[in-house]
Amino acid sequence: MILAKIHVTLKKSVLDPQGVAISEALHSMGYPHVESARLGKYLELRLDDRGRSKNELQAQVKDMCERLLANTVIEHYEFELQAIPS
Amino acid sequence: MRFSVLTFPGSNCDHDCWHALKNVLRQKVDLVWHKEARLPQGTDCVVVPGGFSYGDYLRCGAIARFSPVMAAVRAHAGRGGLVIGICNGFQILTESGLLPGALLRNRSLKFLCETVHLRVENASTPFSRLARGGRVLAVPIAHGEGNYTCDAETLRHLEDRGQVVFRYCEEDGAVTPRANPNGSLENIAGIVNQAGNVLGMMPHPERVCETEMGGTDGRLIFESMLDALTAKG
Amino acid sequence: MPITPKVVKEHGLTAGEYRNILKILGRKPTYTELGIFSVMWSEHCSYKTSKPLLKGFPTRGPQVLQGPGENAGVVDIGGGFGVCFKIESHNHPSAIEPYQGAATGVGGILRDVFTMGARPIACLDSLRFGDPKDPHVRNLIKGVVAGIGGYGNCVGIPTVAGETVFDDVYRENCLVNAMAVGLLRADRIARGTASGLGNPIIYIGSTTGRDGIHGATFASVELSEQSGERRSAVQVADPFMEKLLLEATLELVASGLLVGIQDMGAAGLTSSSVEMAFRGGAGAEIDVSLVPKRESGMAPYEVMLSESQERMLLVARKGKEKGVLKILEKWGLHAAVVGRVTGDGRHKVFEGGRLVSSIPVKPLADDHHPLFPRAHRPEKRPAYLAKTRAFKLRSVPEPKDYGEAFWKLWSGPNLAGKGWIWRQYDHMVRTNTLVLPGSDAALLRVKENGSAIALAVDGNGRYCYLDPFVGGMIAVAEAARNVAMSGARPLACTDCLNFGNPEDPEIMWQFHQAVKGMAEAAQALGTPVVSGNVSLYNESPRRAVDPTPVVGVLGLLKPVQGRLRWASQWFQRGGDAVYLAGETREELGGSEYLARLHGLKAGQPPALDLRREKALQEFVIRAVGRGLLASAHDLADGGLLAALAESCVRGARRGSPALGARVALAGSIRMDALLFGESQSRALLSCRPGDSAALESLARRLRVPLKRLGEVGGSSLRVEASAPGRQVRLDLPVSEVENVHDKAFPSLMGEESL
Repeated sequence: MILAKIHVTLKKSVLDPQGVAISEALHSMGYPHVESARLGKYLELRLDDRGRSKNELQAQVKDMCERLLANTVIEHYEFELQAIPS
Repeated sequence: MRFSVLTFPGSNCDHDCWHALKNVLRQKVDLVWHKEARLPQGTDCVVVPGGFSYGDYLRCGAIARFSPVMAAVRAHAGRGGLVIGICNGFQILTESGLLPGALLRNRSLKFLCETVHLRVENASTPFSRLARGGRVLAVPIAHGEGNYTCDAETLRHLEDRGQVVFRYCEEDGAVTPRANPNGSLENIAGIVNQAGNVLGMMPHPERVCETEMGGTDGRLIFESMLDALTAKG
Repeated sequence: MPITPKVVKEHGLTAGEYRNILKILGRKPTYTELGIFSVMWSEHCSYKTSKPLLKGFPTRGPQVLQGPGENAGVVDIGGGFGVCFKIESHNHPSAIEPYQGAATGVGGILRDVFTMGARPIACLDSLRFGDPKDPHVRNLIKGVVAGIGGYGNCVGIPTVAGETVFDDVYRENCLVNAMAVGLLRADRIARGTASGLGNPIIYIGSTTGRDGIHGATFASVELSEQSGERRSAVQVADPFMEKLLLEATLELVASGLLVGIQDMGAAGLTSSSVEMAFRGGAGAEIDVSLVPKRESGMAPYEVMLSESQERMLLVARKGKEKGVLKILEKWGLHAAVVGRVTGDGRHKVFEGGRLVSSIPVKPLADDHHPLFPRAHRPEKRPAYLAKTRAFKLRSVPEPKDYGEAFWKLWSGPNLAGKGWIWRQYDHMVRTNTLVLPGSDAALLRVKENGSAIALAVDGNGRYCYLDPFVGGMIAVAEAARNVAMSGARPLACTDCLNFGNPEDPEIMWQFHQAVKGMAEAAQALGTPVVSGNVSLYNESPRRAVDPTPVVGVLGLLKPVQGRLRWASQWFQRGGDAVYLAGETREELGGSEYLARLHGLKAGQPPALDLRREKALQEFVIRAVGRGLLASAHDLADGGLLAALAESCVRGARRGSPALGARVALAGSIRMDALLFGESQSRALLSCRPGDSAALESLARRLRVPLKRLGEVGGSSLRVEASAPGRQVRLDLPVSEVENVHDKAFPSLMGEESL
């Protein structure tokens, strides 16, 4: 079994209003050294890797991100694959 | 004229669009379930209504774009057919790539329902041809993610080609930061595609088609479409 | 798990109740059985404290199609249509996790309405919080409002009206009451009943998890420091699932394939299956191994007590399962046949082949059964009343500067405009909202029969604290009055009774008195109580909330010659005549003025004469119906001066500039009572000058005191008032009145400067 851990965040060029609100809240709580905060999504997919190579899975997850999991107009994604016991 | 109003799981303005078109504007209207692979024969215009398709889970409009009916909508648009996406419909159209850009969370991080003013920036589209350029319309918004954004190059194209159809403005037509309810880029409230036959807008014209609903400025948009379709024959 | 006295106590059961369990079963209960008894006999499900008292409510009338006892009440609105409505609390869950607590509250009340076969057309909310400047309270407000909006907006039901009141007594215990309203065909009311031997019991909606176990028992205890740790008891809302359930349910009801349908609300699968079997005079068998679960290894006890949201239980006609499943499949809903209706009058739970619980249905659900729990709670007149009633108005100095007094009241949280709240709610979806939030009542057109319905929700905890009987009467009268102001005739009401711990005799006295007052007013005004909810134990170790009965009223506006005529609270035209209907007495007890300007919660609330109240409402309804009125506004918090200012500011639709007014007031009472007193049964009206004579003659005929105060117009609200020994002239610029109205609340929330 393979665990795909995917992080989706807004691109640096896109204003993240939730991130701004979070850093402001942290400032008011006494953490003035928080320079910025960005909020994103974390997804976990469990993939059955029987009969599929790691490269194949890699390409598939990339495809899933491009087509559905991230909107590449505004979002940036990265992921890693990790073997887990089934 | 014949309208197809799409219904996705989670659509909730489909009946409002149906009511405005059918009972107020006296047109033929079909509600089309998202699993249909084809639009009803003779569809002149597709309405992608507001709501929370698939609960807006993952991203607004992200899942709806994969519904079977969207392939038919794409083909309809490709043939030059009219498509109007309202609110969640606008989000679905950007996610589908039928319109450029994307819609982010409102700058205030709050859902906002109120009447806003829209300045008609381009009065030559099939959706605005009955308006004079610069005319101000009062139309309600109701959304949490209507903050339009796109990259600088796309914005330049939109502006150069007159693809920005509506901008948030003051009552007198002045486009100011104060009149911008959600932080959208350049106060953009609605855009068309390059060919001019696909419109996306955050405000809800179907909510202001009858006097007792507080105004009839929304009718101007639907009547423009009827006018354009009639002219086309 | 062995059933020890400690385990019994932890389940909230008294020793006497446990003895009854032994009698009913003739043996010791299993752990699952103990769990079932504990939730069914909890205050939340059994109403063991409140039921005997609630029997005083009028519940019948020619307009009532369904009274209390079902998921929600139904009232006839003509043309073959009925309106189904109910209000419910979600106070404790909201205090712990405001967003999810409030959202699931809306979800639950919506399900109560659409399980009756009604399409939800509106939501209302009634909220109570502490001081919004307090950061803890601010977070609660933000979360609750976002949660109510997040749910209703997603499902596509407009939230059209409500009320929000701030008082320190609600700091630890906020009140979150949600009301839902639906439209149905009068001949197609669905009910929560299980009958027909062998009919399948079908489970639909979300999967079952460990969330919310003992939510019903939890709602029946006080909040304590440890409550934060019971977060696992909080359920998470899934409005998308709700929208699918709604559409599927309405399609199922229309299909005629169902015998009964019920929401799995408090006490989940247990209460829904027990109550359906009880109403159908049948028994039921449930096999928990067939229930769709989201966690592994769940014990039968957990499955039966889970309060996972967005689940429903259906009883289908035998042999029609396929048709039911086909409709569910269209909406992408999973369904499972989890049991069947039996004829032995017992509620049985199996886990596969193993019987884990077998209890006769009646003692679980029938409040007439001799072994059903009854809490006879002692009552005692509260000691604090001696002090609050000793209050003398002459001990309070009048304000030196009435302008300053007005601005202080006007910018306070209770009078501040609540646009910050209702703009977060989609109040227009479904395109029926004729009068938007902000007026006394919302008005919705009913496209199906050409009429309109008016909706309002109201309650005054301060009045009830000072005199629960009068406060209870006023809650009903004021909600009905709000509805009447739009021109609609009040038809029926729903109530949510929010009180402290009933084991405290003083609280029990408050409860009893308030219920008596409400019953009297509902009877006199012809608005039977068709549904409702009781929320007790609203207290922290520090204090109980003020007794806060909240009343929702539904009114009907019929078309006159095919046209709907209605009014809102806002002045319409310069030159219109301004009138005050009703009588102003020297009544400041329990007023917003005393509370905000003098820090006092004292005196007697204003007196209410139900005959005069009825006459006033009749007068306004007829005047609106004859097209005589341009605006009609109930006088409430802040009295006459606040009402004048509220009629000057513009509502949500702002086509034209705000209107001022010029009025002259004279009275033989103190100036502060004249301007800020809260005498009941009054209304501020405006009409075209040409309609004055007809209006005055109608008032004379109905014996309603009517005084012309002045006229609408100008850019300021100008008031000349004279009272014994005091003259006051105020010139309040309308732009400033409106600006403060709009910005005071965002400013209190720390978001915008005033």
